[in-house]
Amino acid sequence: MKENKKKTEQELITPVAKPVSRRILLGGAATAAVVLLKSSYGQIIQKAISQAELKINDPTKVLGPPPGELGTRSKFEKPVKKPSDTSSRTPLQDLYGTITPADLHYERHHAGVPVIDPQQYSLTIHGMVEKPLVFTLADLKRFPSVTRTFFLECSGNYRGGKETLRPQEICGLTSQSEWTGVMLSTLFRETGVKPKASWFLAEGSDAAVMSRSIPVSKGWEDAMIAYAQNGEAIRPEQGYPARLLLPGWEGNTSVKWLRRLELSDQPFMTREETSKYTEAVKDGKIRQFSFVMDARSIITYPSYPQQVQKGWMEIRGIAWSGRGKIHKVEVSTNGGRTWNRANLQEPVLDKAHTAFRYLWEWKGGEAEIMSRAIDETGYIQPTMKQLKEARGVDMGGYHLNPITSWLVQRDGSVINKPV
Amino acid sequence: MNKLYIACMSMIVFSCNSHQTSYPESKTEHIRQADTTGWPARFGLGRPASAAGIAAMDIDVSPDGTGLPPGEGKAEAGKTVYMNRCVACHGTETTPGDAKLLGPVLISNNPGKAKTIGNYWPYATTLFDYVRRAMPYNEPGTLSDEEVYQVTAFLLAAAKVIRQQDVLNAQTLPNIKMPARERFVPDDRKGGPEVR
Ligand code: HEC
Repeated sequence: MKENKKKTEQELITPVAKPVSRRILLGGAATAAVVLLKSSYGQIIQKAISQAELKINDPTKVLGPPPGELGTRSKFEKPVKKPSDTSSRTPLQDLYGTITPADLHYERHHAGVPVIDPQQYSLTIHGMVEKPLVFTLADLKRFPSVTRTFFLECSGNYRGGKETLRPQEICGLTSQSEWTGVMLSTLFRETGVKPKASWFLAEGSDAAVMSRSIPVSKGWEDAMIAYAQNGEAIRPEQGYPARLLLPGWEGNTSVKWLRRLELSDQPFMTREETSKYTEAVKDGKIRQFSFVMDARSIITYPSYPQQVQKGWMEIRGIAWSGRGKIHKVEVSTNGGRTWNRANLQEPVLDKAHTAFRYLWEWKGGEAEIMSRAIDETGYIQPTMKQLKEARGVDMGGYHLNPITSWLVQRDGSVINKPV
Repeated sequence: MNKLYIACMSMIVFSCNSHQTSYPESKTEHIRQADTTGWPARFGLGRPASAAGIAAMDIDVSPDGTGLPPGEGKAEAGKTVYMNRCVACHGTETTPGDAKLLGPVLISNNPGKAKTIGNYWPYATTLFDYVRRAMPYNEPGTLSDEEVYQVTAFLLAAAKVIRQQDVLNAQTLPNIKMPARERFVPDDRKGGPEVR
């Protein structure tokens, strides 16, 4: 080696003489990556390069990091939830398709996220049953399983009144997952639910000991006890290690961290179905046990604070209904004067977020774009005005599903149209 | 055929105590069918729940009083509990209804548009159940049953639903008629073209 006097850049680097572990090669605080270089002697050598060099580097010339134990999100992508004291909202505008990544699933809980050891976990079913039973997590997993994709939505999922609201703020308390678990009907069979039982209490083991009364009919119909979400164990924020899921019903009824089901012949009138999750309607009445989430849609592109350019674009969004499948989504680009049928992404699933698209050429000038969902019962997503007419001006904040309008302004900026 | 056909949502009926409300039939279009072909009558999973095990977690209280424990309490003693354990987050009589506290305003003389125990809660049993289950927020489940009776009496007296000297126990609590009770109606939305 010493006979060669002409020192090239490559030669300054120590050739790899003996096997060195990747960890060592990749180590070092200033090292951003390792490149393979060919020395003037024809040997392949590795060179650590700095962050600064990497920035301007051609990725085809840089050996990437090795396979790892856990995947990562690109450092250029930073979708985040928007937390408040009591909830955290899904960034609907940053998502594609209809599955919510588990770490972006919305959260709403009443006393924080409990830590539950799966070895200690159990679900007790008692009350009006032939055989009161306690199931461990392993027991639940031994039963015939089901996997189903559907949305969850908090019934308090509406914010309005401002131009500077993103889809996340307006209705980010909805998310969708593929859930795996055991049908509640299977456990009803196992415990022998008595014909007289018409309601059951679902109770969680969080610090709120969350409790809701649910009609037994929903249990036989399509309720499930889920232990997995998008292919992995359910996340703590979504109810680890097991939760109740009532497809299409207000999120609060899908009790997380489920510890107990008590069968009865009357509802229990818990705080969450009396003081909360009830809504004032006309004539001083208060609507109770309003379980089902009505059909709704939102355009997620374009939306605030995005900027659009003249020309063709695909107006995109999601639509969903707690009563079944989305039948149709209509899009208006002229403030509701005329409506056009959007394309729905197949397969359209029951009680599931459904992606819609509508091709539109923006020629400049102001435009008001909006979408409305129509479900298979023939329900048409209403305007806020229609909701107020139907429920009275004192209607509460639950079950509000009004049409959302976006104003595309002359300069291409997009704002929410407060209603 | 060993299939279990599950009919559409059957009648949802609830009845409690003195009051009977029939919930309208709520149908879904989807008749689901759990395919139980080849299933045994039972899988034999799970272990029998012991009476003691159930009792340890069965904390719910129904409108008819089922689940209420022995013990009793009056508003005066409840005031002490409230002042020691609740006031920091829930305020006093002079706290306005829209005040920013950690918890909702509970005993305000000036509630404004806030929903309160007196103007909104349909059952007194719910108050006992909820306080015993979830309060104080930062130390849930630390009140004795006696203290829960006491503070429940205090909150109901502050709402002018009961008198200062009334004694709350498993017999008297379910008999309290809450002012808002008749306002509650079952959900009447049912899909289809009508907005409700
Ligand atoms: C550390 C603060 C804190 C303390 C102390 C506390 N609470 Fe609460 N309380 C809350 C919060 C927060 C909520 C709302 C919880 C929710 O919405 O899930 C609440 C809710 C309630 C409610 C329901 C109100 C409604 O309108 O639905 C009642 C009743 C209540 N608390 C009673 C009590 C009593 C009685 C005590 C004392 C024994 C107490 N709380 C102590 C924070 C507190």
